[in-house]
Amino acid sequence: MFIDVSKQPVETITVTFEGEELCIRSGLSIAAGLLEAGIIHFRNSPVTESPRSPFCMMGVCFECLVIVNGIANCQACMIEAREGMRISRQSGDGSGLTGTKAD
Amino acid sequence: MSDGLDHDLVIVGSGPAGMAASLVAAEHGERVLVLDEQRQPGGQVFRAMEKNDAASRPELGDSYYAGSKLIRSFRRANVDYRPGTTVWHVSSEGEIGFTQDGEAKIVKAGHVVVATGAMERPFPVKGWTNAGVMSAGAAQVLLKEAGIGIENAVFAGTGPLLYLVVYQYLQAGIPVKAVLDLTPAENYFAAVRHLPAAILSSGKLLRGQKWKRRITRSNIPFLSGIRNIRICGTGAVNSIEYLVGSTWNKIETQNVLLHQGVVPNINISASAGCDTRWNERQAAWTVVVDEWFRSSQSRISVVGDGAAIGGAVAAQHAGYLAALGALERLGKIDTTIQTKLARAHAVALRAELRLQPFLETLFRPARHMRIPVMDDVVVCRCEEIHAGQIREFVGIGCSDPNQVKSFSRCGMGPCQGRFCGHTVSELIADIESRPVGEVGYFRLRPPVKPLRLSELATLSDLPKVD
Repeated sequence: MFIDVSKQPVETITVTFEGEELCIRSGLSIAAGLLEAGIIHFRNSPVTESPRSPFCMMGVCFECLVIVNGIANCQACMIEAREGMRISRQSGDGSGLTGTKAD
Repeated sequence: MSDGLDHDLVIVGSGPAGMAASLVAAEHGERVLVLDEQRQPGGQVFRAMEKNDAASRPELGDSYYAGSKLIRSFRRANVDYRPGTTVWHVSSEGEIGFTQDGEAKIVKAGHVVVATGAMERPFPVKGWTNAGVMSAGAAQVLLKEAGIGIENAVFAGTGPLLYLVVYQYLQAGIPVKAVLDLTPAENYFAAVRHLPAAILSSGKLLRGQKWKRRITRSNIPFLSGIRNIRICGTGAVNSIEYLVGSTWNKIETQNVLLHQGVVPNINISASAGCDTRWNERQAAWTVVVDEWFRSSQSRISVVGDGAAIGGAVAAQHAGYLAALGALERLGKIDTTIQTKLARAHAVALRAELRLQPFLETLFRPARHMRIPVMDDVVVCRCEEIHAGQIREFVGIGCSDPNQVKSFSRCGMGPCQGRFCGHTVSELIADIESRPVGEVGYFRLRPPVKPLRLSELATLSDLPKVD
């Protein structure tokens, strides 16, 4: 369970993940926002399609790749979540050949 | 500009080393550009510090808030600071390619200071790719940047950062399920001979003791003498098993936080052609630098944990020295001034590094935790290459990491070898009974971070090619 221990006033924004609306705290990275919302399954790996979650949270492991507003291979830990962002799980290399939900 | 340069100095990274270097260069009137991937200065160690304060977030501790003075000075300095910027190329000629807000640029610098810091050492164990497994450093990023704690996680591994994060969790009141300490028992004996030197840096030593005492006196299970671990789950973690003596025991958990030390993040410096060297005690690839942190490439200095691990305070002193070295090379100061300005920092740096041999010996991860014994352990997370496949390719004659890469795709994914490079070098060395330094590392090439074609297409003024 990912819990908020920040003791700071909460302002929220709304994004969608896999088409579902999510309210997350503003100012967080996409990865932090999704994790706090209880989502750990960010993508399926290109070779075995196994589920992956963020590993390093500092931009070096590339495990947190998601599709943001139709653009694949976005590092969720490096991008700040913004109001209205459409985020979806990435499958494979994000090229759309392996069931990617890019629009 | 008349000299054909966009900047006198370009500094990659705004952690302690990068900030310190930029302060010195700016004080000498240099045109300084600072590029950093994060949204705020501070590097990993002082990450998001401007968002936090000691009154409401005391759990982050004194060593974290110690960075506030440096960050404030950096904010006031006359430098062109670009947060949220990804550097994908540094050439030996001093050209730097970077992307900011979807736009790519190439600039030319008189000198480049690479201060890209450290990253966590790969932790290739069974099940480490399962969703719900993160590094302890990642947990700390979440805590600093978002105030997020991971409840009832199992921490496993070795090294000061592991204890620090557990300590911070306890201070913040975040429940911890267990701590599995994988520090090899024999390390305690080996480290003893470095203790006399370490005692001279007793402040740091006592701080580490405080963290550990807080953990062992809490009611969370702190299990030492663990010989091995494996993470269970099909897709997502459901438990972790650990080996004590010859018995495997199990703890149920949804989150495992791994850590076994940090290694220099050498991707930019190595791709720029800076010589690297295997450091046996750190069990890591380090960048070869002189006393002014100038690399084998005359226009490039590499400083801080991005060159060799020494910690935040050492990185800051090294940053000052690196800037002085760069200014001297650029002909902006003479060696007399350089030496005079350097003295206090050189002394402080030496003092700061006295503890390092002790820490490196005590927290050197066990060989079998760095080099997977079992063939079914994933080595390359991106391309999902197992230890057994690498052994096979080495067996048919791939005795160089680049051959292993060509044959297997190991190291060819988006992380560009960051999470398998160390393992592959050591694995080949182990199989062929050769020194790791002789085996070498992956040949790194730009772009060192993925670059979109749409970003590349924004390059307007491509430099002339002779």
